[in-house]
Amino acid sequence: MAIRPLLSRTLGLTQTLTHSHSHSHTLTQLRGLQTFSLPDLSYDYGALEPAISGEIMQLHHQKHHQAYITNYNKALEQLEDALAKGDSSSVVKLQSAIKFNGGGHINHSVFWKNLTPVSEGGGEPPHGSLGWAIDTNFGSMEALVQKISAEGAALQGSGWVWLGLDKVSKKLVVDTTANQDPLVTKGANLVPLLGIDVWEHAYYLQYKNVRPDYLKNIWKVINWKYASHVYEKECP
Amino acid sequence: MVVAVAAAAASSTWLTCALLPRQGWLHGIQEPTPGLQWTNKKRCCTRKAGLTITAKLELKPPPYPLNALEPHMSQETLEYHWGKHHRGYVDNLNKQIIGTELDEMPLEDIIITTYNKGDILPPFNNAAQIWNHDFFWESMKPGGGGKPFGELLQLIERDFGSFEKFVEEFRSAASTQFGSGWAWLAYKANRLDVGNAENPRPSDEDKKLVVVKSPNAVNPLVWDYSPLLTIDVWEHAYYLDFQIRRPDYISIFMEKLVSWEAVSSRLEIAKAQATEREEEEKRKQGEKEVGNSDNEAVKMYVDSKSDDSEAE
Repeated sequence: MAIRPLLSRTLGLTQTLTHSHSHSHTLTQLRGLQTFSLPDLSYDYGALEPAISGEIMQLHHQKHHQAYITNYNKALEQLEDALAKGDSSSVVKLQSAIKFNGGGHINHSVFWKNLTPVSEGGGEPPHGSLGWAIDTNFGSMEALVQKISAEGAALQGSGWVWLGLDKVSKKLVVDTTANQDPLVTKGANLVPLLGIDVWEHAYYLQYKNVRPDYLKNIWKVINWKYASHVYEKECP
Repeated sequence: MVVAVAAAAASSTWLTCALLPRQGWLHGIQEPTPGLQWTNKKRCCTRKAGLTITAKLELKPPPYPLNALEPHMSQETLEYHWGKHHRGYVDNLNKQIIGTELDEMPLEDIIITTYNKGDILPPFNNAAQIWNHDFFWESMKPGGGGKPFGELLQLIERDFGSFEKFVEEFRSAASTQFGSGWAWLAYKANRLDVGNAENPRPSDEDKKLVVVKSPNAVNPLVWDYSPLLTIDVWEHAYYLDFQIRRPDYISIFMEKLVSWEAVSSRLEIAKAQATEREEEEKRKQGEKEVGNSDNEAVKMYVDSKSDDSEAE
């Protein structure tokens, strides 16, 4: 069922620490530098069909997400080197690669948990406190879905559309980020409950240029249980 | 502005118009009618072809059939990329500009106006993407690739060291444009790299070829460069054929698709425009100096007059 994570690179030292964070990526601790590896999906690639094709899921997970992780690890290694040498030029130059690839890793790690097969409750609207908060903040579930879909469709170029929680004000927000910027770049107190990838690679093989159809169908496999879980943790 | 053309004969004149980069901002100072020179050229072209300008932009087809770039760029890609994406930008821009002052403006003027010095207005994305895609189709040809020739090759070797080094830089720009965007070869005429600074000692060597990359819909027209070649690195440009393998797409583009003839003719036009602009600036400078000495003459006359009145 689940795909085994690709083995982290070992750079000589023996200590391997594998544990699941709230983000559930596996970390390997070597000489103080943590490297990252591809997290498992908790469902088969084909399990989200017909909303998202198995072909897309496999490419998206095994190629795109893996590439972000590989490049993130590489950039972190280079950063560690530059920091040790006090090479400020290189430290600054590496920031965009770290933001882009690190952001890609963060965002996709959330995304896989935002999706689940229909058989596992995909598409079932949230009950409990999140459902109530959605009605309070947006009027209704339908209004929220429409808002997220509209903002996702209108996003120019590549990026993400988010349902976020401001953990200080406890308000729900809908926002977008460009490229691989994580939601936190839009507000330090923002926690992502739900993110939808609107990069073309997320839908093109199946939906081609018709991003609105992708956004219409993805709701059938959205994992509201995960979103509720994150919400309840911040708003007990 | 793209006008619907049935006759093939008119299309070559029209093609030349489409390749003309605009000129407008001089040294960062705004001209009151930024599009004037370009507009005149455009009207000139369409009059010669016996066409009337319509407000509605039309989708221009690539200069080859949709299957002509196979197997390097599939027909399916062209059908979606041109038939859906490019067409969508045209349809959407028409909806956005109808009844506004942007309506009836040439496309390049719409682009510069809505770029709004970086504070981008909504029609920019559609307008620039129309221009970018026209430019992209014309940057390729069936049986393309190989090496540039003549003056273009000379300038490439002068400004990059070698053709191979240019290719390396172009590939790197195209690969490292994070997210959506474009990579360009452009001709940069006589500009320092600092904002509004005027080059006090201009020389021919200041005019040079550069490789630049841009995000989303942005193109070098907004920086006042003359684009010569572009590659689209939005995922929709290569995903059906190459999926994640953008570097392979870039290689195929360089090896099998680039139309160096198109690049050469754009370079010729860009150089001619740069020269014309220099001469225009010299003329304006000359007029300004004459104007200053006139003012002084008037001043002296007024002073002597007041002396007379006091005497009285």
